[in-house]
Amino acid sequence: MLAYLIRRLFQAAITIVVMAVLVFVGIYAIGNPIDVLISPEADPAEIEAAIRRLGLDQPLWRQFLLFVSNALRGDLGTSFVHNEPALRLIIERMPATLELAVAAMLLSIFLGIPLGMIAGLRHDRATGRGIMAASILGFSLPNFWQGMMLIMLFAVWAGWLPSGGRGDTVPLFGVPVSFLTLDGLQHLILPAINLALFKTALVVRLARAGTREVMLQDYVKFARAKGVSERRVVLVHMLKNILIPVVTVLGLEFGSVIAFAVVTETVFAWPGMGKLLIDSILNLDRPVVVAYLMLIVFVFILINLVVDIVYSLLDPRVRLSGRAE
Amino acid sequence: MTAAVLEIRGLRTWFFTRAGIVRAVDGVDLEIAPGEVLGLVGESGSGKSITGFSVLGLIDPPGRITEGSIRFRGEELVGAPEARLRQLRGAHVAMIFQDPMMTLNPVLRIDTQMIEAVLAHRDMRRAEARALCADALRRVGIPAPEERLKAYPHQLSGGMRQRVAIAIALLHDPALIIADEPTTALDVTIQAQILYEVQKLCAETGTSLLWITHDLAVVAGIADRIAVMYAGQIVEQGPAAEVIGRPLHPYTLALLESVPSHNRRGQPLRQIPGMAPSPLALPAGCRFRPRCSRAGERCHEPPPVSMPEAGREVRCFHPCNRPPPEKTEAAPEPDRRISRPSSRPSPGAG
Repeated sequence: MLAYLIRRLFQAAITIVVMAVLVFVGIYAIGNPIDVLISPEADPAEIEAAIRRLGLDQPLWRQFLLFVSNALRGDLGTSFVHNEPALRLIIERMPATLELAVAAMLLSIFLGIPLGMIAGLRHDRATGRGIMAASILGFSLPNFWQGMMLIMLFAVWAGWLPSGGRGDTVPLFGVPVSFLTLDGLQHLILPAINLALFKTALVVRLARAGTREVMLQDYVKFARAKGVSERRVVLVHMLKNILIPVVTVLGLEFGSVIAFAVVTETVFAWPGMGKLLIDSILNLDRPVVVAYLMLIVFVFILINLVVDIVYSLLDPRVRLSGRAE
Repeated sequence: MTAAVLEIRGLRTWFFTRAGIVRAVDGVDLEIAPGEVLGLVGESGSGKSITGFSVLGLIDPPGRITEGSIRFRGEELVGAPEARLRQLRGAHVAMIFQDPMMTLNPVLRIDTQMIEAVLAHRDMRRAEARALCADALRRVGIPAPEERLKAYPHQLSGGMRQRVAIAIALLHDPALIIADEPTTALDVTIQAQILYEVQKLCAETGTSLLWITHDLAVVAGIADRIAVMYAGQIVEQGPAAEVIGRPLHPYTLALLESVPSHNRRGQPLRQIPGMAPSPLALPAGCRFRPRCSRAGERCHEPPPVSMPEAGREVRCFHPCNRPPPEKTEAAPEPDRRISRPSSRPSPGAG
């Protein structure tokens, strides 16, 4: 286990270095921030000074080395636009995104797995077919359109829920969260559903496929032959086997929900990281974009590690070993 | 004669598939007396496993029992409520499956899978159930049962896993164990051990055994009576020694001749010509007719079950104890010599 962790850390370090190079070069290529930041009427001396201040007069490799050496000290640069440390800007908005992502994941797990299992167990009946048809809708309706429809139905017509924003927040361990206040919870519901719909559809399909495979296994029949109750057969024997693929996919999806909740955050004016990313890209605010992407790489690596560990807990045949296969 | 533990009458288990109706079990009659070992022999697809699953009510859709009666100690099981069947499963009728690699859930520990089997039928504390499980493992010859209980199935060998499955089957001292080819997936040496264990344990507890197999050699070693199944029907039934020593049905004879034995060393093995019929398109009349060397005109009618000798049943117009019909359809003159293996095939010679 320890050897495994060390090997994983080493792999993670390489991933981060490669990602840093790619991100840096990619961002450098997409345009000149001076055009956006400084008014075209400014005189050449002012422009010159700004370029020097932002470090843009240096060659790319010098900028990169500076970036790396700063990054190692925990400094991912200062936003051109906000004139604040980029990392702090992102971290400030992270709780909102995380809260939304966690809410969406929980929804998709607690809706998707039961629905998927029902669809698998009753695959030849109307219930199963209905669930599958609904999951196709969840898959194929564009996210932004779903969001707008949700706003129209529940906020505009019915007037039950607010259409955007985060609502009241209370600090939990010093981090502001919405879900502990009624107002915040009401604000959370629609964006969480919007973000969860696609994931739920995915989980439903995975759980259904898993159920249909597992239900034919001898060990399920053997469990029945032992006289074990149907409830236990489904909730213990089948569920635990189904969770293995579901956990893998959900782990990866959790990363992408955190990283790319952009559309939902935009539609529901949710003050999260995604919105910051879009604004920063539009403003060519390089340090923020780079810091954001580096943070996301880190999050993905972390999630993958957690998935591997959960996987080994679920499936006793998987043992985390230090040796590469 | 004491009442039968299991009495199957006219059982039909059909599968309603898109391609048509599969008559996997099509009119089976069986009886098992207390403490008796009945060997149910047949090729793959003859419906022998489906017969076993029918008893437990474990037929998956699109299959279902369409007709017939299964009486367990006088109680009708066909159409019995699921709750009642669940009470019987494991406690009174237990089952051992073919492939020990597949019968234990790979993600649950042995103790979880054994204790749940105990608690499904008995109200007791987990610790007591655990002790019971350890005893059961010891009974089937598993060393260090406490450690084995903590293991996951993949940490045990195939033979060990089958012993665990047998221990689970024996947990509640059932009146009947249905063993569906439990030794097929094992090494020959392990096969013999498992056979011996099961036979011994059943004899100790007076448990009846329905031993399903395609391997006549295995069944010859342990069965009191043998029923031979072909294309969903029992074609011959009788005491094991007589069925093997003096088969009445041409199919049984052909099966015996396809088993390697010492007294025919060096001669090519006989094969049964043709293939087992597709259960979707069973031949009219006798189902073995297209492959039978003794078939005649009458065989286009379904043959009735006759009792040519006491305790023996055969579903054939031209059983092997009588001369074959004058007009044979098959060109070669059938071999009249009845195979008498000089020694009964030893268990494990399969």
